[in-house]
Amino acid sequence: METILGSLYDIPLLGVLFQFLGYTVQVLPRISPIILGLAAPIALGSLCGIMNERSGIVNIGIEGMMLGAAFTGFLAAALVAQAIPAERSDIFGATPALLVGLVVAVATGMLLSALHAWLSISIRADQIISGTIINIAALGLTGYLNRLVITPNPRLGAGTFRSWNPPKELTDLPVVGWVLDMFLDQGPIAMSVIVLVVILQVLLFRSRWGLRTRAVGEHPKAADTVGINVLRLRYRNVIVGGAFAGLAGAYLTLEAISSFQNGMTAGRGFIALAAVIFGRWTPVGAFAGALLFTASDGFGRAVQLRAPSGDFAELGSILSAIPDQFYGALPYLVTIVVLAGVVGRSVPPAAVGQPYETEARA
Amino acid sequence: MTDKDAAVPGRVPGESVPQAAPPARLPREPLARAWALAAVPLISVALALLVGALIILASSILTTGHLDPGLPFVAYQALFEGAFGNINGVVNALVQAAPLILGGLAVGVGFKAGLFNIGAQGQFLMGAVGAAAVGAVVAEQPALVAIPVAVLAGAALGLIWGFIPGALKAWTGAHEVVTTIMLNFIAGSLIGYLITGPLGAQGFSFARTGPIGNAELPVLVGRNLHLGVPIALLAVPVIWWVLFRSTLGFEIRTVGANPSAARYAGMRPGFLIVLTLSLCGLLAGLAGAGQILGLSKFMNASYGTNVGFDSIAVALLGRAHPVGILLAALLFGAMRAGAGLMQIKAGVPVEIVDVIQAIILLFLAADVVIRRLLRIRAARATVEELQTVTRTYGEQAAR
Amino acid sequence: MAPALEMRGITKRYPGVVANDQIDFEVKPGEIHALLGENGAGKTTLMNILYGLAVPDDGEILLDGVPVEIRGPSDAISRGISMVHQHFMLVPVLTVAENILLGEETMANPIFLDRDEARRRIRELGRRFGFELDPDARVGSLSVGWQQRVEILKALYREARILVLDEPTAVLTPQETEEIFAVLRRLADEGHSIVFISHKLYEVLEVADRITVIRRGRVVGSRRPAETDEDDLAELMVGREVHLTVDRGESHPADVVLAVKDLRVRDDRGREAVRGVSFDVRAGEILGVAGVVGNGQDELVEALTGLRRPADGRVSLAGRDVTGASPRALFGLGLALVPGDRHRFGLVLGFPVKDNLVLTSYHRMPFSRGGVRNDEAVERWAERCIQEFDIRTPSADVPESTLSGGNQQKTIVAREFSRELRALVLDQPTRGLDVGSIEFIHRQAIGKRDAGTAILLVSAELDEVLEMSDRIAVMYRGQFVAVVDGRTANREDIGLLMATGGREEMPAEAAASAG
Repeated sequence: METILGSLYDIPLLGVLFQFLGYTVQVLPRISPIILGLAAPIALGSLCGIMNERSGIVNIGIEGMMLGAAFTGFLAAALVAQAIPAERSDIFGATPALLVGLVVAVATGMLLSALHAWLSISIRADQIISGTIINIAALGLTGYLNRLVITPNPRLGAGTFRSWNPPKELTDLPVVGWVLDMFLDQGPIAMSVIVLVVILQVLLFRSRWGLRTRAVGEHPKAADTVGINVLRLRYRNVIVGGAFAGLAGAYLTLEAISSFQNGMTAGRGFIALAAVIFGRWTPVGAFAGALLFTASDGFGRAVQLRAPSGDFAELGSILSAIPDQFYGALPYLVTIVVLAGVVGRSVPPAAVGQPYETEARA
Repeated sequence: MTDKDAAVPGRVPGESVPQAAPPARLPREPLARAWALAAVPLISVALALLVGALIILASSILTTGHLDPGLPFVAYQALFEGAFGNINGVVNALVQAAPLILGGLAVGVGFKAGLFNIGAQGQFLMGAVGAAAVGAVVAEQPALVAIPVAVLAGAALGLIWGFIPGALKAWTGAHEVVTTIMLNFIAGSLIGYLITGPLGAQGFSFARTGPIGNAELPVLVGRNLHLGVPIALLAVPVIWWVLFRSTLGFEIRTVGANPSAARYAGMRPGFLIVLTLSLCGLLAGLAGAGQILGLSKFMNASYGTNVGFDSIAVALLGRAHPVGILLAALLFGAMRAGAGLMQIKAGVPVEIVDVIQAIILLFLAADVVIRRLLRIRAARATVEELQTVTRTYGEQAAR
Repeated sequence: MAPALEMRGITKRYPGVVANDQIDFEVKPGEIHALLGENGAGKTTLMNILYGLAVPDDGEILLDGVPVEIRGPSDAISRGISMVHQHFMLVPVLTVAENILLGEETMANPIFLDRDEARRRIRELGRRFGFELDPDARVGSLSVGWQQRVEILKALYREARILVLDEPTAVLTPQETEEIFAVLRRLADEGHSIVFISHKLYEVLEVADRITVIRRGRVVGSRRPAETDEDDLAELMVGREVHLTVDRGESHPADVVLAVKDLRVRDDRGREAVRGVSFDVRAGEILGVAGVVGNGQDELVEALTGLRRPADGRVSLAGRDVTGASPRALFGLGLALVPGDRHRFGLVLGFPVKDNLVLTSYHRMPFSRGGVRNDEAVERWAERCIQEFDIRTPSADVPESTLSGGNQQKTIVAREFSRELRALVLDQPTRGLDVGSIEFIHRQAIGKRDAGTAILLVSAELDEVLEMSDRIAVMYRGQFVAVVDGRTANREDIGLLMATGGREEMPAEAAASAG
């Protein structure tokens, strides 16, 4: 076996491709938890996008909602941690501060979403502009407050949730071991992603709420004429969707790292939108899209941590010649490529972006 | 699950196709007309400054430990003084406004064609790096050669960075709202790589491009009012003429208002999309070139800018009209110029300008509320072609 | 016995217009009551008020003699009122069952739907009224006739007692119309009350027990079918004597101008929508294309006018091969299109009227010189068009959106008819217009024909095709199944061809996939 692979690797030019595959197979189990971690905020963002777009609302403000939530969550957690120092619990290393931060982040996401809902549903402002305003406002406000509050107190912080270490018996299982590791070697937020994705998928296609939501996003007037309150349903879905964006923000400052930087969402909210399109407005599909977008990122990190060597020497020399910035830009590149390739075949809910007008009723 | 089916809902044949909403009927008399158009933006600015004052007041607790009712006045006075207090302030305001004029046009022209160019940021950066790199190459050439070559290099790189999302949209349907943002980040990475690598100059303690020598834009007035400022000002009438007096402008505006009708009328929407976004890129690239060649004189790996998002705010406040964009850019330029003094004198971070900008946009979006509250008869403050942007987002594959 | 429904003194004002002016209207149990009126007469407004979609300014509604207030569709539904809207209120991407369930869900538990029970009930209801539907079929894949049945099932699923149908036959063939009438009679026999809204005279005479005519928001008369006829109703409806048919005169066909051979066109989803169509149109004649909506007419028109690339076949204009030519090139060769969807294609609503009048010629002299717009020439041209075509507008500078539908269509007609034309494609040229505008546009088209233009008229209104065409082609599932002489054609034969394509058998499956 070894020798066959070895001889494959030695083929000129093509061998590098085999080395690439071999290296990927080798590192994938090790980086899989990293990939899911990277994918978590994007997947959560895309759940927010699905809640919005399935109800007929465009939301390009996910980025801003995440950023705002990341900031308030961090700040709330830090302030609580300062006021009441507490022992870390055994479960995910949770502290009251972290839990408060989580709640505040989710609430922030919902609050910003409520603003988006108000602007795009009640005021019937252009939905893309409403989203843009949320992005600009979040960037401006967090930048201002960051300078005012966090920068002067560099020691502010509440730590992060800890990953659960799954039992070795599970992760050592052949084949499925690394998949289990991927989902279980995670903090609470990343771990919840897969659960939320499945729940939302089932609800969307099997429940009354899902049927009504899909109808409202496709043909609001039809829904209205059978007595469904279009505006109320849209409000509810947009605001609940904001909770997902808030969770994504919380992941960034309460689970991934324990600090806040200006603009730290780095386009994740927009990649999430691309994931929604890639997944054809289904939660499971969008989750797959998020994994795809971040796999390249994870791969880049793997290369930086442990460049291919030994059997993969040629690959290693090629990969290490590629500048770091290229790996940094990969998720964005992949997003564009996927969007350009997939869009021609996917069709969004028909009423997306169109405000719905009902006559004021007595 | 989401296959499109025969009957397109919400698009009833011969009826109710969502198009740019019927614009309010404006008075014909010029002054009344100007007021109807400018009322909501002006009131939005005033209200945003008011809210900004409240925010400064609230944050005085954080900076000084107690509520300081005088702080907003001190801050705004410093802001005004910094922008208009003396000739240097005015010069600085104009210099700050120049990239916003070009950036605002880069976004506004896109709006007119029903495109949302969130990519002004990346186009600006590419223009900047292009001008910096080529400027370093031609540094020894006479200024009459060096300046045009460096400026054009920046404009060309910006154009390419606008062409890419245009081509992606025209040929694959990928919507510019996502692709332009991605390209902003890619531009950031690319510049980081270029300046730490192939474009980096020897003999400096940090990664930066080489000296631009004769490619430096001459200073015309005061400390730093460079040639880029009149170029930016000149772009306003040029773009106005293209949009409203040329046949091409008619095509651009038609595509923006109703892409299907444009196709029916024999125009080529795909071509116009590529052309318009390229033009947007060129304008933003020009802004970047001006910043480098006129102000910073070189580019380092962590060159940061606000121009991208600011340009969106400028274009929206100016209703995507060249004259409106000019006025909005002057306002924001003045605020940026004065912000430094405000931070020194009142301890209010310069980022308050970002906050005020966002609040202005918020009031603009909620213009219905303003008009109802103040009972003014005025046009909606929204950019009508935006409906096309939003609709194409929903229809991106339906073409 | 009290009427099942009574509306008293209903008044509804919109800015600048009184849509309903003191309207009284009632329906008895088991009665089919037709509401007859022109487009814009106020029929739909009245029914929207009944259904809670609009709030009346004055008047009251009584059900079984008891005054009620209807605040919204759910109110109406819970009181047993159901409405089949002119433009179906169905979600195309959802299944038949999902559409019927929507808003009135059968639940397995508080969260999840009970889809098996729903399917069972839908099948059972369908059997009872003589049409069986596959509950799992995607509604968008059904023909319009079957979509209408879904709408009716939706009402029956909600146990409606009062059923309002707004122009239910607008998109149906005469045969499908008969079938729907049979269903309506059956419902009436079971005690349902039916309001049947229409502007087609012979239909209301055929199906209704009583006819109420409204004009400009007022009730102008009430009749029983036995005591009236088409002329009487037409005069009531329009308010003056109406010539029900246009005198189109003799046509004098000359050389072939538009020749189409084996044309094949794919729709947006890549399916072949036009499947090998061949025909000629001669100078000075009108070839009408009849057919149920969705049988490939849109794709045919788009392929002929450069808006869609044909997959195969040949189109020639005045002897020149123009297969796949651009709209701009076809314009240059003297081809014009009056598009079916005027808001989507024909006009830019936010632009001033004058810009819309040069929308297809803005690039030509004198409107453009070397890429520079000549505003004066545009304005002179606009003034001329406005006068000649009697476009009612305060000025050429107001946005097109402020004009009425009839005047918007006149804008398009003025723009396209005001030049020398070799060929003209009219796609649904009078959809949704009032009688006056319809007459005007028909006269203009006949004028163009007599001036030697080859005209292709595509219309879902069979009456319009019959009235205008020198020859009539019937389009069915992407093919021309027959071309007949316009003078000798009769409604029933054409209708049968539209519905079946000429074959004897009419399996439900075939009907279901025709859309």
